[in-house]
Amino acid sequence: MPMNENNEFKPLIVAFCCNWCSYAGADLAGSSRLTYPENVKIIRVPCSGRVNPMFILRAFERGADGVIICGCHPGDCHYSTGNYYARRRMALLFSMLEYMGIENGRTRVEWCSAAEGAKFSKTMNEFCEKIASLGENVRLGDLRCKN
Amino acid sequence: MQRIGVFVCHCGSNIAATVDVKKVVELVRYEQGVVYADDYMYMCSEAGQQKVMEAIKEHNLTGLVICSCSPRMHEATFRACAAKAGLNPFMVEIANIREHCSWIHKDMEEATKKAVILARAAIAKVNLNTPLQEGESPVVKRALVIGGGIAGIQTALDIANAGYPVDIVEKEPSIGGRMSQLDKTFPTLDCSSCILTPKMVEVAQHPNIKIYSYSEVEKVGGFVGNFEVDIRKKARSVNEDKCTGCGVCQTKCPLGKTGKIPSEFNRGLGTRSAIYTPFAQAVPNVPVIDRENCTYFKTGKCGVCAKLCPSGCIDYEQQDQIVTEKYGAIVVATGFDIINLDKYDEYAYNTCPDVITSLELERLMNAAGPTGGHLLRMSDGKAPKDIVFIQCVGSRCADDRGKPYCSKVCCMYTAKHAMLIKDHWPEMNVTVFYIDVRTPGKNFDEFYRRAVEQYHVNYIKGQVGKVMPQADGSLIVQGSDLLDGKQIKMKADMVVLAAAVEPNKDARKIASMLTASIDNNDFLTEAHAKLRPVESPTAGIFLSGMSQGPKDIPETVSQAGAAAVKVIGLLAKDKLKTNPCTAKCDMFQCNGCSTCANVCPYGAISYEDTLVRGPGVNETRRIAKVNTALCQGCGACTSACPSGAMDLQGFSNLQIISEVDAICR
Repeated sequence: MPMNENNEFKPLIVAFCCNWCSYAGADLAGSSRLTYPENVKIIRVPCSGRVNPMFILRAFERGADGVIICGCHPGDCHYSTGNYYARRRMALLFSMLEYMGIENGRTRVEWCSAAEGAKFSKTMNEFCEKIASLGENVRLGDLRCKN
Repeated sequence: MQRIGVFVCHCGSNIAATVDVKKVVELVRYEQGVVYADDYMYMCSEAGQQKVMEAIKEHNLTGLVICSCSPRMHEATFRACAAKAGLNPFMVEIANIREHCSWIHKDMEEATKKAVILARAAIAKVNLNTPLQEGESPVVKRALVIGGGIAGIQTALDIANAGYPVDIVEKEPSIGGRMSQLDKTFPTLDCSSCILTPKMVEVAQHPNIKIYSYSEVEKVGGFVGNFEVDIRKKARSVNEDKCTGCGVCQTKCPLGKTGKIPSEFNRGLGTRSAIYTPFAQAVPNVPVIDRENCTYFKTGKCGVCAKLCPSGCIDYEQQDQIVTEKYGAIVVATGFDIINLDKYDEYAYNTCPDVITSLELERLMNAAGPTGGHLLRMSDGKAPKDIVFIQCVGSRCADDRGKPYCSKVCCMYTAKHAMLIKDHWPEMNVTVFYIDVRTPGKNFDEFYRRAVEQYHVNYIKGQVGKVMPQADGSLIVQGSDLLDGKQIKMKADMVVLAAAVEPNKDARKIASMLTASIDNNDFLTEAHAKLRPVESPTAGIFLSGMSQGPKDIPETVSQAGAAAVKVIGLLAKDKLKTNPCTAKCDMFQCNGCSTCANVCPYGAISYEDTLVRGPGVNETRRIAKVNTALCQGCGACTSACPSGAMDLQGFSNLQIISEVDAICR
């Protein structure tokens, strides 16, 4: 279990951000110097609709403690409808993950526009806190890959 | 096996202050596929790019990872750089270690660790990159401007003068927008109509410009260079081709004399007939029948306009018409309105007719306005003696009643109003309650000082808490003087509110049709706040005027010109390079189930009977086929495909999974 020098649990969080809204929102959080923990690692995807459930399962399998999917606000998708598909798909996936023992708090879908740097940072801070409170993901974690 | 070069940028101290760049270089050097790793102070500089190009040639690199700022900033730069050195531009990946790392983290050790992980993810991705070829698509050499205010007019004129056809879609019966409602303009006190109407006429007469007035954009399809737009021409009930604009119908309309229909153009202060043009200089000068109020449409009786029209152009049967046009570029110039003041009860705007907005004051002071340019109280028709202006009503507002931003134009137009009033009616007393007076513009501060020093306008720094209508028809304004630290109670005959500006109500709807980004205040977002201020992140969509943010007329005109230049630059090209990151179907996996075609927003997927030959198969099957000219690379099909046959080039399943693995390593 990864700990920092104060023996606090440092969760590993994977964030999938769509290129048009949330990735740009994360950029704005950066240029506005709005901090969030280092444990959030962002993967750029063209659209939240591109996020295949397989990617999320893979992340949990490889030891991620939380996965967040960020897209454009409903109605604002650069590709018109991608985030609607993502919303439905994730609702299904999350309920399945819960069934498998991965608590609902470990997964989240958030809408964040290119202008919402502050929201991006706030969301990531909240999510990190939540995951830290849930502790390490052991259910799907492939222990060979985690040290 | 790839031969990858990793280049880590210091970005001056932007990255290097929080990330140990040298350590990143050392730690990624032994990643799979990496044959070269180096750092440089400014990777994007000419010398930095030279370094990259030399390394590509010297080490026969097949892939590049640049650890620098956001790919939204410099991905294009480094792709072009790779192409110059003979490397396929799509073999370049950016690890964003500035916006997503150095700028938001403080702890150097942790930030360096994160930078290494981000670099590793990019390296893992590049290992699976394949060279991609950009396609080409033709450009429709015609532009659409949504909104016919000064922003839209100027953009359309500039594009049209460069020789390209432009259509303006304006939802009101006439072009002209807010500027046509203004009386004078700051800081020169030019008459607004006098400088606007010649431009309106120029638009109407320009051989390259077509105006769709009383029309709205209904549907937008396609993409940059090839938009297909449905325009709804609302039924005017008047034949536009036959009408001569003689105005007989308007003067004879029986409802005109009843004074029951408020004139939108006069902000409800005056009235109009049921068949009307918003104002005398309307372009086109063709009236519209307001079907909601017209007696003929309500009861089937009347028909006076049809009987009296000398050219027989009244057409009660006219229907809305949908026109479909193709455009290469679209400019959003939807403009602004002022906020609804329902939430500001303390100013008694809704209860007292002598509390008005600044835009209403413009109409009251205009010679063509409801009072013929005489400044009169709406309650009793008398001239006011004491006028109080209240600034920042809904602007710079901390709570959700108003807007967080500065509306930018109010300080200046209030100084203008104060001066004009003192000029015409020196006996009137003018007081302005302000929070700050903001005058950052050419000749702006000089203008404001004239109001104070030459015209002796009483400026009080402080906010107004309450406006109380009195039984005798006057008003008491209660506020504070922050400089004296005193409470003030002041009698007034008229109160003018500088209500905050907000984007047009339709901005969000239009942005959504165009898939253009929009912020929480409904202003359209620029592609880059500083370097691409007139472009939307959505290719082919450009921004002009207040739809992008508060600005005054000179700024709007310059921005309109800038948007026009960008449009002209696009229309001047015969072909555009298309994004090669399109979906691709693996015929061995596909079973022709149609799921992908159902989720594709662009209709890019069709099915063809294809001969599938491979190990263990030799048969003709129904296989999905992607039209790469239509595919925009969203990847909706890839996650929907039940058999995993669809994949997205540039963001393939394996690439993303390899990134996940690298991060979770």
